[in-house]
Amino acid sequence: MRVMAQLAMVMNLDKCIGCHTCSVTCKQTWTNRSGVEYVWFNNVETRPGQGYPRRWEDQDHWRGGWRIDRRGRLVPHSGGRLKRLATLFANPVQPTVKDYYEPWTYEYRNLTTAPLGDDYPVARPRSLLSDKPMKIEWSANWDDNLGGLPENAGLDPMVARTRQRASEKVRFAFEDSFMFYLPRICEHCLNPSCVAACPSGALYKRSEDGIVLVDQDRCRGWRQCVTGCPYKKVYFNHRTGKAEKCTFCYPRTEVGLPTVCSETCVGRLRYLGVLLYDADRVAAAAATRDEHGLYPAQLDLFLDPEDPDVRAAAARDGVAHDWIEAARRSPVHALISTYRVALPLHPEFRTLPMVWYVPPLSPVVEALTETGFDGEDAGNLFGAIDTLRIPLEYLAELFTAGDVRPVRAALERLAAMRAHMRQVTFGETPDARTARSVGLSATELEDMYRLLALAKYEERYVIPTAAVGDAGRLEEAAVPEHCRLDEQGGPGMGGSGPFGDRSGRKALPLVSVEAFHGLRARHRTEREEPE
Amino acid sequence: MHILLWGALPYAAFALLVSGLWWRYRYDRFGWTTRSSEVYETRLLNLASPVFHYGILFVLAGHLTGLFVPASWTSAVGLTERPYHLFSLVGGTLAGVLTVAGLAVLVYRRRTNRPVFRATTRNDKAMYLLLGGALCTGMYAKLAHSTPAHGYDYRSTLAPWARSLFTLRPDLGAMADVPVAYQVHAVVGMVLIAVVPFTRLVHMFSAPWWYLARPYIVYRSRPAGRPAERPPRRGWESIDV
Repeated sequence: MRVMAQLAMVMNLDKCIGCHTCSVTCKQTWTNRSGVEYVWFNNVETRPGQGYPRRWEDQDHWRGGWRIDRRGRLVPHSGGRLKRLATLFANPVQPTVKDYYEPWTYEYRNLTTAPLGDDYPVARPRSLLSDKPMKIEWSANWDDNLGGLPENAGLDPMVARTRQRASEKVRFAFEDSFMFYLPRICEHCLNPSCVAACPSGALYKRSEDGIVLVDQDRCRGWRQCVTGCPYKKVYFNHRTGKAEKCTFCYPRTEVGLPTVCSETCVGRLRYLGVLLYDADRVAAAAATRDEHGLYPAQLDLFLDPEDPDVRAAAARDGVAHDWIEAARRSPVHALISTYRVALPLHPEFRTLPMVWYVPPLSPVVEALTETGFDGEDAGNLFGAIDTLRIPLEYLAELFTAGDVRPVRAALERLAAMRAHMRQVTFGETPDARTARSVGLSATELEDMYRLLALAKYEERYVIPTAAVGDAGRLEEAAVPEHCRLDEQGGPGMGGSGPFGDRSGRKALPLVSVEAFHGLRARHRTEREEPE
Repeated sequence: MHILLWGALPYAAFALLVSGLWWRYRYDRFGWTTRSSEVYETRLLNLASPVFHYGILFVLAGHLTGLFVPASWTSAVGLTERPYHLFSLVGGTLAGVLTVAGLAVLVYRRRTNRPVFRATTRNDKAMYLLLGGALCTGMYAKLAHSTPAHGYDYRSTLAPWARSLFTLRPDLGAMADVPVAYQVHAVVGMVLIAVVPFTRLVHMFSAPWWYLARPYIVYRSRPAGRPAERPPRRGWESIDV
């Protein structure tokens, strides 16, 4: 056993209202530069829908992720080492910018500089790639809120697959249609196929926190990672010629702050925390033959931080003490392993993704209430899950490679929680059978309710800092080792290096510790507000 | 002039190549990339780019054999001048045609596809001119001095001169009677070698052989130092659109 720590995320889809705040704040923070106009490290897709880039889930076409070859070995879907080098001169299946969307701007200047006339001046769209006027035909969320249904619904690869298995359940007549939102970031997989595809070794998984990053100085722009990632979450910056991807906001998480998408999430649906896993068994889990076995296999990799043996092994393998402690309080561990309400996105890609999802139950409750039944009665709810407006089969294609059992179990736990808490709220004696029927205790249901419904800031985000992990070396961290002001590269030297502006290497100005704690204090003040 | 071209230029080109690569690696690792335009257009690229690259690899292999394998070695294994010439003529022409055709399609694509053209720098244009020049002068020199029966025997003039460069005693006399076309090609070639580090051609030195030997998943530790003290990364600064 080799214990490693991973910073992971869980999103509670019940709460996503599709406001795109996460996408917008992420873009403002990370991709508001030329060259990445078309890039959204975080995007919110309406399901069913084609997604961004279009039909990214269709791996028969895009060849992302891993597959088991004839000899039973795990190889990247896009080909092994020799094939990759042989096809290095032109990536055979790279999505072009049209598969995402052609970025554009508007001729705003025309609005103020047009000569006086009878007609209102208009700002025509202009392509940011060709600089020519263009017709806008697609964007990152063109089919938002089921736009284009029912014509386009069949283009969702998962709808196509669900129809093969349970054809009568997917209908797009207005009164039968269903939808939910799926926010997506990089999965920071345990077995990342983008890393495996990078010929330069520029992509890597950080051993401290499991974040997958691109070394911009080592990336040579071969674009194999773009193909390798089945989630299509590695992007090509067409100005710098380098790959870029979601960084899990590592400059923020390193100092204990949540990622921008989590921090700004209006629905408070994102959870961040540490998971301990056994790195030695990762390859075996990813190579599980049966696709339905991939979710249990990944679940089996996660170690229980309450187990003293696991804690001892973690300490032995160099996981910092406060990381182990954070793993015990981890909301992500609770939702994934303890309550088992969170599920991975597309485990069949065999990358062992680490951003998991609590499937949406609310549409069931709504539908039940509309038909005059008590929408939160456990018996009614359990029965209704199978006739869910969102077909279980569709959710299963997304989260468990088509196996409906884990999805139904997760939804039943959520339903049990609702029924239990309704009785508690109304002052009735909770029916113990409700909790027992889903394999949880009443206390666990109440803890789950606290985590999912109250969702306190400090409980949603349990992020150990890089700094405390390094405490030994950081005791003197408030001031630099020596005050460099006027030597080469020091703050007194101004902004330019030997070859003009921004050349050479410089140190960033130190962020003062006081400022960070001030920020922290402000967060806590918010928390103390009366409820 | 003779000394300058055949005694000084090769060393200058080589020195520029080495020092340029060192400089680029030291100060511009971020700019060291293929600068791919595949994200704009894939159809033509998927066709022409492999043709061009495999072609030019054969051309490179041909030059290495021609210049650095002495005629005495090939005769020793029983390969006489005539079959060698035929092999060099047919093989070289084939590789050259592939390369030139690939490059022609790539340049056509670069000129006609607007986003690709917009991403083309002046440096790129100069480089294409030089690269195309080297290819065309080379093809011309070979074909203008060859018939199927007999070709110009560069292995008794050019090749000894090229090999003598390594002993630091350039055999200037060997270059005296070389046809002008070959001379022009050699000069263009040397200039091309000299500018490699300063153009996008530098990506030829990042051929990822290491990929064949490494495990699929790469783990790396967080860089040492305090979180806030790390050097800033180029490419992440905001650029006004």
